[in-house]
Amino acid sequence: MKMTTLAAAMAVTITAAAPALAELHFPSLSYRTGPFAAGGIPFADGYSDYLTLVNERDGGIGGVRIRQSECETAYNTERGVECYQGVRGDSPMVLQPLSTGITYQLIPRTMEDGIPMHTMGYGRTSAVNGEVFNWTFNYPANYWDGASVIINYLLDENGGSLTDKKIVLLYHNSAYGREPIPTLERLAEKHGYNLMTIGVDSPGQEQGNQWLQIRRERPDYVVMWGWGVMNAVAVQEAANIRFPMENFIGVWWSGSENDVRPAGEGAHGYKSLAMHGTGRDYPVYDDMQEYVIDKGLAAGTGDEVGTVLYSRGLYAAMLAVEAAKKAQEIHGTTDITPAMMRDGMENLVITEELMKELGLPNFGPAFEVTCQNHGGTGQAMIQQWDANAGQWNLITDWIMPDRELIMELVMEDSQAYAAENNITPGCLQ
Amino acid sequence: MIYREVGQYKTSYVADSHTFPIIGERRAYYLVLAVAFLVVPVFLTDYWAQSILVPFLIYSIAALGLNILIGYCGQLSLGTGAFMAVGAYAVFKLMTAFPEINLLIHIVLAGVVTAGVGVLFGLPSLRIKGFYLAVATLAAQFFLIWLFTRTPWFFNYSSTGMISAPTRTLFGMPISGPSASATTVYLVCLSFVVVLAWLARNLTRGSIGRQWMAIRDMDIAAEIIGVNPLKAKLTAFAVSSFFVGIAGALMFAVYLGAAEAGEAFGIDKSFLVLFMVIIGGLGSILGAFLGAAFLVVGPVLLKILLVNQLGWPTDLAAHVEIIVIGMLILVFLIAEPHGLTALWRTLKEKLRLWPFPH
Repeated sequence: MKMTTLAAAMAVTITAAAPALAELHFPSLSYRTGPFAAGGIPFADGYSDYLTLVNERDGGIGGVRIRQSECETAYNTERGVECYQGVRGDSPMVLQPLSTGITYQLIPRTMEDGIPMHTMGYGRTSAVNGEVFNWTFNYPANYWDGASVIINYLLDENGGSLTDKKIVLLYHNSAYGREPIPTLERLAEKHGYNLMTIGVDSPGQEQGNQWLQIRRERPDYVVMWGWGVMNAVAVQEAANIRFPMENFIGVWWSGSENDVRPAGEGAHGYKSLAMHGTGRDYPVYDDMQEYVIDKGLAAGTGDEVGTVLYSRGLYAAMLAVEAAKKAQEIHGTTDITPAMMRDGMENLVITEELMKELGLPNFGPAFEVTCQNHGGTGQAMIQQWDANAGQWNLITDWIMPDRELIMELVMEDSQAYAAENNITPGCLQ
Repeated sequence: MIYREVGQYKTSYVADSHTFPIIGERRAYYLVLAVAFLVVPVFLTDYWAQSILVPFLIYSIAALGLNILIGYCGQLSLGTGAFMAVGAYAVFKLMTAFPEINLLIHIVLAGVVTAGVGVLFGLPSLRIKGFYLAVATLAAQFFLIWLFTRTPWFFNYSSTGMISAPTRTLFGMPISGPSASATTVYLVCLSFVVVLAWLARNLTRGSIGRQWMAIRDMDIAAEIIGVNPLKAKLTAFAVSSFFVGIAGALMFAVYLGAAEAGEAFGIDKSFLVLFMVIIGGLGSILGAFLGAAFLVVGPVLLKILLVNQLGWPTDLAAHVEIIVIGMLILVFLIAEPHGLTALWRTLKEKLRLWPFPH
């Protein structure tokens, strides 16, 4: 009984604490605990630090300050739903759950509630079709792009032919890890390589069997779709069976410092996709140092600045801020709503000049978002780990995916979704 | 003083076999029902429904089911998560295959399917007991989850292996899918809880419940006095799985909306429900509710207090939450090994005599 009165009192205070001043609410559904915290912490720090920087340096977006809130999901879908319920009434500008499982849960809910969601490089790939998924965005690249970029890179390495090559996909056995399978299968038909898929159950500390199988099969390449602890274990196992590391390529979620450091020397030469640049050699970090870090406003412990996933969080925040600016410009008001934010995201244009202006030259690709294409261009680079220097080096320029084939797959999948859920495809006005 | 049964005479067999023999208790029960059905929906916010009440009700059903198996029949099971997954996948297959039939019927049917699967995995209980049985049910946990993640038929060949619940209506109101309102979802879950709790209560105090308890207390003696262990154990598995299956079906169809076997119904879910049963109190209907409330509502309230009210960093709050809940579990188990329901029983005794000490 006492508990309910206490709870009721809390509910009252929560609803009463609604903000009066104009603010833009950017919630962060982060995970700083659980088996995936190693990936969740740097992303959340980068996301938060960039928003803090915009507040401190520019006084917010178009003069309206950003209000941040954070909710811990622990990469767990039930907690994700709880967090979503907590923020949905508080006009969140954009949701970025950093979890494919939570994304799947939130896609129908955000459509219903009219809240934009940005799943950068993860989530439901067919959300590229903005006519069906009006509220979901996955620019600048998605899983199927990633799979295709890897295959294109391998084609390039092998003089344009992958015929009879054996490629293993080692995947996290979840919605996330299974995403690239249809694309890789379709590409296998096209290019004539043999695809073998091997699943690793979450969280992925046990991979003895899988690597035994890889050792027996002797594939030419291993492609990995891993996250969290699975990455580090896979790299270590690959080193243990002396698999040639340069033939082992991870997706962009399997390419952070945390994934390769534990294997030490053994990880030297491991490759992964990169959807953006990494490191502190960008002018934006001068401002970051001055306005955020030196002032003691950095999120978390501040030791993640400049790492791969920190950069990704920063990139996500930067794209969100640019979309908000666009929305303000379109609607002629600084006090935008989530629906206006959606319009901003759908008309977002990122050019190389803009990236330079923001202090991030050559950090990410130039792309344009349209109603028909919520997925950007899908380009990515390949980076390679140098264990001696302890850093990732970009070894290619931007590689284009096989967009024609991907759009075909996107149309199939999104149309099936539309039919299942009685959605008439069309652009929102 | 407050609890006084003196002067309450029973003049008929019907009155004697009442679920709540004390008038005060019976009135309190009706009052709780009236508040839950009539008052709560009026004041319900989406956050409270979706984050606290609906999960609490769903976990209560699962805990009731497991309590029948462990608390009443004495058969230890670690397969609850997998049985919930059976319920979820069964309702998914049913609602996509027969969209014209009402979802509530599908949910009950999903419970029946789970009961069948439960009986199948209950068969080893005829030969093995205790920890060995727990290991056998653990096999169910891993096998079923493996089956649901590797067999595309179960998730209708979707490319990611996720299942998602389409919108279904009841009297024209959506009860599943994103457009379902918090109030309808709450009322659907509440109705299931009330019916199932009534069923559980009456099963456990009837002849079948007595057979279960006889098996639990000493199976050889039970067999000698004429209890058929095959029937008693398998019915316990069937009824328990039926409850757990309905909980899984509700969890997927009306609460989560999308699920994935490995993530939503993993081994941790089995342990969570087991802890609910142990902390709430073995062999008690009230215990299932108290246990579910403690482990579902507790963490959320603690989170609201630490993060929203005191403004702590979320990661610190999450860690503190794990520590506090863990310590509370230890404290409760040391102070009251028979669970929260035993605390309630002691309190009742005290209230009966109050203000006199003896």
